[in-house]
Amino acid sequence: MSTPPARKRIHLAAHFPGVNSTTVWSDPRSGSQIDFSSFEHLARTAERGLFDFFFLAEGLRLREHNGRIHDLDVVGRPESITVLNALAAVTDRLGLAGTVNATFNEPYELARRLASLDHLSAGRAAWNVVTSSDAFTGENFRRGGYLDRADRYTRAAEFLATARELWDSWTPDGRPRPFAHDGPQFGIEGEFTVPRSPQGHPVVIQAGDSAEGREFAASAADVIFTRHSTLEAGREFYADVKGRLARYGREPGDLKIMPGVTYVLGDTDAEAQEEAAEIRRLQVSPQNAILALEQIWGRDLSGYDPDGPLPDVDPDPDSALVQGRVRVADPVAVARKWRALSEAKGLSIRQTVIESAGRQSFVGSPATVAAALEEFVATDAADGFILVPHLTPGGLDDFVDRVVPLLQERGVFRTEYAGTTLRAHLGLPEPVWKG
Amino acid sequence: MTSIRTLHLAAELAPGPEGPPVTSAARTVALARLAEAAGLDFLTHDDSFARPGLDALAVLARVAPETRSIGLVPTVTTTHTEPFHVQAAVATLDWVSRGRAGWRIAVSPTGAEARLFGRRPVPPAAELWQEAGEVAEVARKLWDSWEDDAEIRDVATGRFVDRRKLHHVNFQGSTFSVKGPSIVPRPPQGNPVTVVDATRPAARETAAHHADVVLIRAGSAEEAAGLRAELHRAARAHGRDPGQLRVLLSATVDLDTYEGGPGALAELIAGWHGGGAVDGFHLVPAVPERDLARFAADTVTRLRDRGLLRTAYEGTTLRDHLGLVRPAGQYATTGAGA
Repeated sequence: MSTPPARKRIHLAAHFPGVNSTTVWSDPRSGSQIDFSSFEHLARTAERGLFDFFFLAEGLRLREHNGRIHDLDVVGRPESITVLNALAAVTDRLGLAGTVNATFNEPYELARRLASLDHLSAGRAAWNVVTSSDAFTGENFRRGGYLDRADRYTRAAEFLATARELWDSWTPDGRPRPFAHDGPQFGIEGEFTVPRSPQGHPVVIQAGDSAEGREFAASAADVIFTRHSTLEAGREFYADVKGRLARYGREPGDLKIMPGVTYVLGDTDAEAQEEAAEIRRLQVSPQNAILALEQIWGRDLSGYDPDGPLPDVDPDPDSALVQGRVRVADPVAVARKWRALSEAKGLSIRQTVIESAGRQSFVGSPATVAAALEEFVATDAADGFILVPHLTPGGLDDFVDRVVPLLQERGVFRTEYAGTTLRAHLGLPEPVWKG
Repeated sequence: MTSIRTLHLAAELAPGPEGPPVTSAARTVALARLAEAAGLDFLTHDDSFARPGLDALAVLARVAPETRSIGLVPTVTTTHTEPFHVQAAVATLDWVSRGRAGWRIAVSPTGAEARLFGRRPVPPAAELWQEAGEVAEVARKLWDSWEDDAEIRDVATGRFVDRRKLHHVNFQGSTFSVKGPSIVPRPPQGNPVTVVDATRPAARETAAHHADVVLIRAGSAEEAAGLRAELHRAARAHGRDPGQLRVLLSATVDLDTYEGGPGALAELIAGWHGGGAVDGFHLVPAVPERDLARFAADTVTRLRDRGLLRTAYEGTTLRDHLGLVRPAGQYATTGAGA
């Protein structure tokens, strides 16, 4: 008899709580979203839990609603790469991932900043490549909002390819060589100032579900940050993306699929469900309920009572009410669904929003959650997870204390860091130096 | 003017342009701790897109958690960078260092640097420095675009911030525009410290208008005193209080060849400072590991013996060390919301 195959290992990352309604700031335990101590606490907790990496999102313009700064969620955050460099001083092994927009940056400067982070963290840097095309964000930048939506990935792909040329411009034995890139998006030449960094190339993450996004990830990313947090959707996505890799001469293990997920723990499953319901209620304040409605309807609904019935007017499909966040694709259909839900269950505006908001991805006792995480990975719905806590900075504490040990007992999570670089944690190949 | 003027000392951390670039954090952390033990006001770390080495702001962010008191001032260029990103990074350095950040503004004057970006040809130096001044101005506006008490966390009304205390800056410069507000809440110092090297005449107007600390070079105490007086006059012409401007003499220090050694250097520093030629010195060690160590061990001891130099930090921020006030936000009294 042959021994059973080794269990597929889970990869874990920690997302610093974001500037959206997932983050509950009204909880008395909620700490600063800007003090370095909050970042240090969450990163140290993630490292104590032997996580693969720590993840920071990015914002380049404060969200606005009806022409005014959105004030109901956490507002304000630091610049990602600078925080990650500081975190490199208070962690030893944890990967450090920053989201940086390819539309409002230039390859030479960003490649240099990322290579610097990789050096200063001794091989732990990662870049989450995102793109943007909106003129609203562009108003903060020299280049403005000139990019057509269709060109976002064209620019991102050439941006990343150019960055890789720069990272390859020093020989592995430390000699600089001049580079020249002449493409449709960038025509640059000269010498890169940073020697080849410990990982060769920082780990590249891609977030985004569109067909172009999947293709871009299959061609060039090491990790894909998805939103599919159900088994069925996860498996379908997983098969689709992994199936695209062969076209680029890549192996299935070369791209890790990690959905962003939320979780709630309790001593029992029933307790966890109760707690989860309470968190959802806190995430949707009365004011946030009206706002959520306005984001679908595209109309000023401030006169409505959050504890009263849904409006009987239809959404405005051409509304410019909401700026700085993605609007749902078909607001009329969503409105119809919400009305049906409200009528069927006799729900108020706020109750309808709470009911329609996604459930937390994993809810239960530590044993229940550990088993569910393992099932996801074992059945190829994911390679791991980017955990999004709802509390700053202590939201990861219980997961690390109570779930990680169970995953280790099940033999699906590391009991110590085997390597020193993020590539080593993720089991990614060294990038081949293209001289 | 107070009877005993404080002596302000700073030192440069970057290795000289010759030799291989330093890529590990350990060397820089060791040097920073040495300078901190000596009680210096701040460290600079030079940078440009044309010299080998890591991004200076990244290096000093890496140093921040491993030091407690010393100011951290990376060179930040304004010619090919985005003003919005630059101000956010400097504000973040202030957050991660808990109020110890500054930035030394520099321009990228060469065609070689322009070709690294392929975005624009290089304008004349005067225009680059005018643009640098505009970047300094918009950075201050963006740092002030959040009032200090904008975050209210008012559970009763569901509001995290008071949006009346967040401000669009609507800046229109000659080469760029920025809407605002910043994504980063107002940093601990209100405005991180702005440093300008005014060695080149093209930079002097921008220095007088925008800098908290101006670096100069001079061959004699008289020349330095003249430059300082000129900067004070120009600052006053911009409506600024010259008492809130520090002029430091930037000097290369090679204690291997300096005649008389560390003791003579202490004499010279005390003499120029006592005579009112400058507010302090910015030391550029020829070999940082060697010269900064000797300076800290010998020169600093003599300056302390004369009562010119602190034996312990009294304040916690770089503005405290420099005796500069924490500025009020420029939008704080208007009450007009974004």
